[in-house]
Amino acid sequence: MTLIYQLINGLQIGSIYALVALGYSMVYGIVRLINFAHGEIIMVGAYCVWFCMSRLALPALPAVAITVIVCAVLGVSIERIAYKPLRKSARISLLITAIGVSFLLQNLAQLIFTANPRMFTNLFTGSIAIGTQEISAATVATIGVSVVLMIALSVLVNKTRIGKAMRAVSEDADAAQLMGINVNSVISFTFAIGSALAAIAAVLYCCSYSQISPTMGSMLGLKAFVAAVLGGIGSIPGAMTGGLCIGIAESLTKGYISSQLSDAVVFGILIVVLLIKPTGIFGRGDHQKV
Amino acid sequence: MMTKKNVGGRYLLNTVATCLLFGAIMLVVESGLINRYMAMMLIPVGYNIILATSLNLSAGFLGQLPLGHAGFMSIGAYTCALFTMAVDMPAAVEFPLGLLIGGVAAALCGVIIGLPALRLRGDYLAIITLGFGEIIRVIILNLDFTGGAFGLKGIPKYTTIPVVFVCVVITIFAIHTLIKSRHGRAILSIREDEIAAEASGISTTYYKVLAFSFSAFFAGIAGGLYAHYLSILGPANFGFMKSVEILVMVVLGGLGSMMGSVVSATALTLLPELLRGFSEYRMIVYSLLLVIVMIFKPSGLFGRYDFSLGDSLGKIGSIFRRKKKPEQGGENDESDS
Repeated sequence: MTLIYQLINGLQIGSIYALVALGYSMVYGIVRLINFAHGEIIMVGAYCVWFCMSRLALPALPAVAITVIVCAVLGVSIERIAYKPLRKSARISLLITAIGVSFLLQNLAQLIFTANPRMFTNLFTGSIAIGTQEISAATVATIGVSVVLMIALSVLVNKTRIGKAMRAVSEDADAAQLMGINVNSVISFTFAIGSALAAIAAVLYCCSYSQISPTMGSMLGLKAFVAAVLGGIGSIPGAMTGGLCIGIAESLTKGYISSQLSDAVVFGILIVVLLIKPTGIFGRGDHQKV
Repeated sequence: MMTKKNVGGRYLLNTVATCLLFGAIMLVVESGLINRYMAMMLIPVGYNIILATSLNLSAGFLGQLPLGHAGFMSIGAYTCALFTMAVDMPAAVEFPLGLLIGGVAAALCGVIIGLPALRLRGDYLAIITLGFGEIIRVIILNLDFTGGAFGLKGIPKYTTIPVVFVCVVITIFAIHTLIKSRHGRAILSIREDEIAAEASGISTTYYKVLAFSFSAFFAGIAGGLYAHYLSILGPANFGFMKSVEILVMVVLGGLGSMMGSVVSATALTLLPELLRGFSEYRMIVYSLLLVIVMIFKPSGLFGRYDFSLGDSLGKIGSIFRRKKKPEQGGENDESDS
């Protein structure tokens, strides 16, 4: 259990956090909402890929594709049904609605799949030897897939037309609308991308941790949210950095202090960050006006 | 609303109404009109009312969104239980003392958490209180004297219906008088517009921490009652789920309505018990309710309306005088004036 090993473990869970944090961050950047239901989308994704593979006996790639589509549709429908009617009302109502949706999904899953955890068979078998260390293929795949997705997302946001529209809406939604941007479809697109990333994060998470339960999304979601806040919520490079930092901090705590305290350390980091620099590492200041 | 001269009369009226309500409850329980099981349900109803009204203070009246109310409840519960288990005094002395210590411990934590957390607003406050709530839970899980994951067993069963009733009345009275006072107006002004309040010379941090720790204090008392009712405590009982359950009660009743909190806490505690087969779907119904209420009536069922026995009797009286209608009193709630 050397330091390198812990760091690689941290990178692996960190890149999953980063993928989920991206969803939180993009949604927050555009509609200023902490989408509490995002964690539950991971859980739905996990159940979906499990169902496709072990019940419908589909091969891995179609199963993952179906999962991504299911999650994207779910994310967009949540936005359309629950968040859109409240877009103009108080932020607290929107936040409470998000909590409500999250609990609804969690409890529906509990009713449908029962509270017993399901086992998921790893998609990536075998391991790679680097020096004297054995690193599982799942770890390598997780880090690799995340890096590719993050690069793709950066390109999407910075180089394409829709990315420009997303940036414009997050800057000022009203002004963007006046410039002829369809704000509703941009918001839906953002939710779809965020949920699709969450679906892939779910598959990667299941490959390494193999247990699927209705409550798996809430802790994972909360930690990813902490990562988004740490990096500066609303910022895409921030979410990536934050995710990796949280992952490494958690893995080092597990390795060297106590595995039970790792959650407390993560939330401790959140509190320290919020107190010292509430906007996070890459966050922009949110000016208050009367 | 309230003129100076009839304040004394209103206190008297409410005291009488409260005593009558207490008498009615005890009569119903003692005479066996409702069965033993339903009578025992009055205790959860009571501590849930305390939890909901206390959260309403910081969510409804102060206008913040704390998501760690269960954390304060757990501090009160563990402190009170550990105290009564450690000391050797008659129950009549150690239980109220334990409740008080539990409440004070929770309030102290409220100050410690509130001072840094309340500098943030809105979403960030919600998240930081959520973080603190989780940290409290993890700490309790890892300490030795709290029994860790196995929980604390063998807590004496001191919580009875009269004790809970007295605590509920004290909570409602205290929060009500706080809101109607000068400090209460300052708290309400922060909800309406924080910047304007600050510009008018209100120390927003002071009043935020005041309301927050008040709310934590009563959550601690509710925790103490809870501990001595169940006689067993586990950290799993105080997760994020519990905080949300309390939040649902407040939101459903109406943010800023004491009566709303009382009614919805009572209804949401009794409903699953009355409909036995329903309990499996309880959390689904809870979450659906939350979403539906937010979409269609974001202010909750009662909005900011509050029941006032004095005003209602006055209205009934004026109807009576005008139309000579038969008297229709007796619908007293625990709300004060």
